[in-house]
Amino acid sequence: MSELNKVMVEKYRNDFLKEVEANVEEGNWVKMCMQCGVCSGSCPFGPYWEHPPQELFMMIRAGKREEVLASESMWMCTSCYNCIVRCPRELPITHIMHGLANYAHRLGIAPKMNPTRRFAKLFWENIIKGGRVNELKLSIGLYFMDGFSNGVKKGLEMLPVGLGMFKTGRLNPFGLLSGGKCKGAGDIHKMLKKAKEIENRRKGFAP
Amino acid sequence: MAKKEYSFYPGCSSERKASASNYMVSVESMCKTLDIKLNEIPDWNCCGASIGYAEGGELPRHAMNARNIALSEKHNPGQDIVATCAACWLGAKETHERLSASEQMLADTREALKEAGLDMDYKGEVEIRHMVEVLIEDFGYDQLAKPVVKPLEGVKIAGYVGCQTNRPFGVVGESFENPKYLDKLTEIMGAEPVEKYDQKVTCCGGALAFSEPEKSQAQIKKIIESAYDFGAEMIVTPCPVCQMNVEVYQGQINKKYGTKFHIPVTYYSQLMTVAYGGSAKEAGLDGNIVRATKLEEIAAKPVKR
Repeated sequence: MSELNKVMVEKYRNDFLKEVEANVEEGNWVKMCMQCGVCSGSCPFGPYWEHPPQELFMMIRAGKREEVLASESMWMCTSCYNCIVRCPRELPITHIMHGLANYAHRLGIAPKMNPTRRFAKLFWENIIKGGRVNELKLSIGLYFMDGFSNGVKKGLEMLPVGLGMFKTGRLNPFGLLSGGKCKGAGDIHKMLKKAKEIENRRKGFAP
Repeated sequence: MAKKEYSFYPGCSSERKASASNYMVSVESMCKTLDIKLNEIPDWNCCGASIGYAEGGELPRHAMNARNIALSEKHNPGQDIVATCAACWLGAKETHERLSASEQMLADTREALKEAGLDMDYKGEVEIRHMVEVLIEDFGYDQLAKPVVKPLEGVKIAGYVGCQTNRPFGVVGESFENPKYLDKLTEIMGAEPVEKYDQKVTCCGGALAFSEPEKSQAQIKKIIESAYDFGAEMIVTPCPVCQMNVEVYQGQINKKYGTKFHIPVTYYSQLMTVAYGGSAKEAGLDGNIVRATKLEEIAAKPVKR
């Protein structure tokens, strides 16, 4: 168990709802859920969620901390915002799902091999490096996530797609060397370091 | 018509040799016809996109968008920020709303921005808008129809609005479940919108097309199948992620499902550029992997006088 996770378990004891309200983006909305299930029925990846949003909300209230945070469920969110616009109680469900995933990831409880968790990490690291997306590095990074031989296999599978993009001028063949750079990249690093510092302080994540 | 000016946030995918570079080409041509001046926000950065939350958290994500807003305030004061990418628009607008609603979030963001040598004089007067909003609200369908010199006659088009241009913010006066603006745009360009297209707001998987390709491709299959079912020869969209996902995986979907998909997926700005008399190159049609031959043919014809 990560240090931070221990701290949070100790701090909130059996009150998982309170923990979510304090630490998860838009978590204070959870108790407003009236269990109608419109969110679950509206989700494009609905069938793949072990626990759809409505169920997660009830589990949070029932104190099922481990089951919620270790779940693959919220990693299925495609950010389509169907649930937000349809929720009769106007819960910002998409943001809560993002918040839960982010919180689980920070505590080190999120499923290690979940592909979206891994891709999301790769993506953020890619964009903060130069300030903009470097699409070639991002795709190659994704293919080679599971080692060299898997990367070659995946790269070959994706070759027709990549070639199509390259031929139509939508992929930079020199992207490994350049691209995705802001002049203010150094400033962005400093800004993000500070932002993380403040967020850690506000949410009690800092030691 | 007087020249209209906006602060412009093009976004990563619109860069040269990036996945939506052809969108940018067509937007530039369309804006030239409509006399729109886009003042690019100097040194803008990524919005964090829809997947940035997992590692980036809340405040760092808002700081990224706030930097763009602050740079826009500094260099393009008083101008609305216009984005062509759905995710850029959503990210910037969401940050704008959060900062307007929470004094603490605003104070924290300003503290982070200081590290980048920036501050924001946040009055919330400037709007964050998608290009389609500019077209519909600042021009209107009648004005947009005026420069049409080559109506896209006989082309049947499925208007695929997708998610993030439509939800959670959407376009004023349109419903989330059945937005009609794309069909209207298609119609005033002289083409035939496929009004019964029932997958117009279905999610293509977004960023999860990378991490969950099978699940996303099942979505994309539905989106394309319905377009064919209702007789569309082409799909049009306002979103770079929708465009890419629905276009580039057709080969893989065909292999997996035994389908024979081969349908062009274009941007609204490409249709408009061609209808306004632009060449295939000016419409960025050379950037479509599945070539939009019908549009290319129209673009190659001389303008009827």
